Amino acid sequence: MTRRDAMLFVLVALLMLGTGFVQSWNTALQILNMGLISAVMALGVNMQWGYAGLFNVGVMGFVALGGLAVVVTSVPPVGAAWAAGGLRVLLGLATGAGVIAGAVMLWKRMAAGRARALAMLGWLVAGFFVFRWVFDAGVAAVEAVDPAATGYLGGLGLPVLMAWPVGGLLAAVAAWAIGKTALGLRSDYLAIATLGIAEIVIAVLKNEDWLSRGVKNVAGLPRPVPYEINLQNSDAFVARAQALGLDPVIASSLFVKLCYAGLFLAVLLILIWLSEKALRSPWGRMMRAIRDNETAAEAMGKDVTRRHLQVFILGSAVCGIAGAMMTTMDGLLTPGTYQPLRYTFLIWVMVIVGGSGNNWGAVLGGFLIWFCWVQVEPLGQLLMQGITWPLPADSALKAHLLDSVAHMRLLTMGVILLVVLRFSPRGLIPERHGHRPGHRG
Amino acid sequence: MEFLNAAVVLANFVLIPATAYGAQLALGALGVTLIYGILRFSNFAHGDTMAFGTMVTILVTWWLQSLGIGLGPLPTALLALPVGIAATAAMLLVTDRVVFRFYRKQKAVPVTLVIVSIGVMFILNGLVRFIIGPDDQRFADGARFIVNVRDFEAWSGLQEGLAIRTTQGITLVTAVITVALLFWFLNHTRTGKSMRAFSDNEDLALLSGINPERVVTITWIIVAALATIAGVLYGLDKSFKPFTYFQLLLPIFAAAIVGGLGNPLGAIAGGFVIAYSEVAVTYAFKKVLGYLLPDRLEPDGLVQLLSTDYKFAVSFAILVIVLLFRPTGLFRGKSV
Repeated sequence: MTRRDAMLFVLVALLMLGTGFVQSWNTALQILNMGLISAVMALGVNMQWGYAGLFNVGVMGFVALGGLAVVVTSVPPVGAAWAAGGLRVLLGLATGAGVIAGAVMLWKRMAAGRARALAMLGWLVAGFFVFRWVFDAGVAAVEAVDPAATGYLGGLGLPVLMAWPVGGLLAAVAAWAIGKTALGLRSDYLAIATLGIAEIVIAVLKNEDWLSRGVKNVAGLPRPVPYEINLQNSDAFVARAQALGLDPVIASSLFVKLCYAGLFLAVLLILIWLSEKALRSPWGRMMRAIRDNETAAEAMGKDVTRRHLQVFILGSAVCGIAGAMMTTMDGLLTPGTYQPLRYTFLIWVMVIVGGSGNNWGAVLGGFLIWFCWVQVEPLGQLLMQGITWPLPADSALKAHLLDSVAHMRLLTMGVILLVVLRFSPRGLIPERHGHRPGHRG
Repeated sequence: MEFLNAAVVLANFVLIPATAYGAQLALGALGVTLIYGILRFSNFAHGDTMAFGTMVTILVTWWLQSLGIGLGPLPTALLALPVGIAATAAMLLVTDRVVFRFYRKQKAVPVTLVIVSIGVMFILNGLVRFIIGPDDQRFADGARFIVNVRDFEAWSGLQEGLAIRTTQGITLVTAVITVALLFWFLNHTRTGKSMRAFSDNEDLALLSGINPERVVTITWIIVAALATIAGVLYGLDKSFKPFTYFQLLLPIFAAAIVGGLGNPLGAIAGGFVIAYSEVAVTYAFKKVLGYLLPDRLEPDGLVQLLSTDYKFAVSFAILVIVLLFRPTGLFRGKSV
């Protein structure tokens, strides 16, 4: 980091402190926590795009898989549901996987020709119906178990912090499957493929009630930090808060947020340390060589497709970890709230604005863009009040403009992205070695 | 009789809706494919361009309705459509001038232009929500049906009725006219030929004195027309909601890629392939099979292959299959 980079981080810190003084410390900590999570997501995308030039616009899917991991790891299992149809659901999933594996085998073993195509088609159609026959009955049985409260299999009942690595693992497995099929295609095909996968992941979360209750949501997920109400009931905590001159209710909320901030910061620091090590190692130099000139790297004996798959899996796993962190902090999984603009494209704005190819840049972008995303709304409100001030109070136009302020966010992000791409295409903290992606010779 | 009933059910719930949807996707995919052919990037802002054009058309429709001007049995939106196209063309030309031209002059690689189009997508998305709001808008007026269920049953004496909505009829007629005009333009006018030449081989086209900026301008204007028409038809047929239009990006791209990016004929074929498979895979065939099979074999379940929420999975699966086995699409597209 140069002195200029450090100043940029100080600037972000000042913005957060300013929020604390002007608005409230609660808001400031909220922004800080989501900023930490966003920074982790941006690190993941930066690995794929900055190191390797892979254009992944399915970030939302991996983040959502991380959220799913929290449910399947930390929630206690629902015994009745397992007894009713748990094994049958698992058997169904195994059947599905077996059918796909069989199809791949068939394709590889048989000689090319009409016979192979027909055999493949027949196998898949038959396999689909067998899968549905096994799977559907299990799902129906599981979902019938007290649908108002459970109706799903529950999780493993493990400590919730375990969900973070599990989230990374789930995302990594999904990335492996996608990478196997879509990597090696042209960059915009990979983009469309990942965009589609993300939508499918969300559709699965919304519809497969046996897995995570679908749109009925899972609330009350276990927490790695104390509950506010317990703190407020603890005499020691109340006494300490009062000694600091704080209201115990506010103090408990701040304390919980600070605990989360500590956990997230630890994850972020570990990930930055690892990524910096990787980027400066022979492996990092190889990745940049592949990014800047695939043909030359291939001629030097580097297995480009394999390295792409590797970095694609790593980056997606980091996004999965971030997703698990976010769902842990929220305490609930709501598949309906995942939107590509917020969870995919906004992360891209963070990476581009911060500086693709530079880990510190991605982290800075994560904090800064998240800050803007949150603060554009109150600022827009003020601005709009200023603009509409001359209009009469009962004017329909004034009411409409004030109502629409919420949508200024998207507009602002677009403008920020375009301005940075035009005037500072390498971002606020540019990559300091090699060439930037997108301009290979 | 049983067979006829089954055919009518199939037509009513699968063939007719899928044909209308296919025509809408085809028009959208034509826009994507033209931009890819001439400007050589995948435009992520296309869904929001459609939303923008539709929004302007809706606003003008409301204004016309407030003046009491209408088209009788046809939706007023058709009257407002030219205004929508003009506004969208102006918007796209300004965007090109302010944003895209800089990168074209630099000869930036396609993926840079894709990222730039993501920025444009954000802005358009925000703009549309800012002006008309994020909610559902219905703006279809005029007669609702060309053929309605009761008349059809009385006429044919079948148990099942057939309905053709006015919007479905209009979609097909408009799409056929638009596509015919487009192909006539591309194949028979001097400008259209210069566009095809530019798409096939840029250097050769430049050498033979074709003005690239003119080609680009005309491309944006055509894209504006295609996107607005596709958006308005979709909105008339279903309803207008900015987020839905953004999500249309996936089936539209799937259609364009399945057909072969850069190939207009392929875009149309791709649109129908995607639409028919989406509707067929998510339709519950219980009723159709009930008529066709003997009573003993009548299915108990819905016979629905996938729930309707998985329609994205269908476009995606087709996309992946085509990419794996025929990477340039069904009709040979370009692979830059």
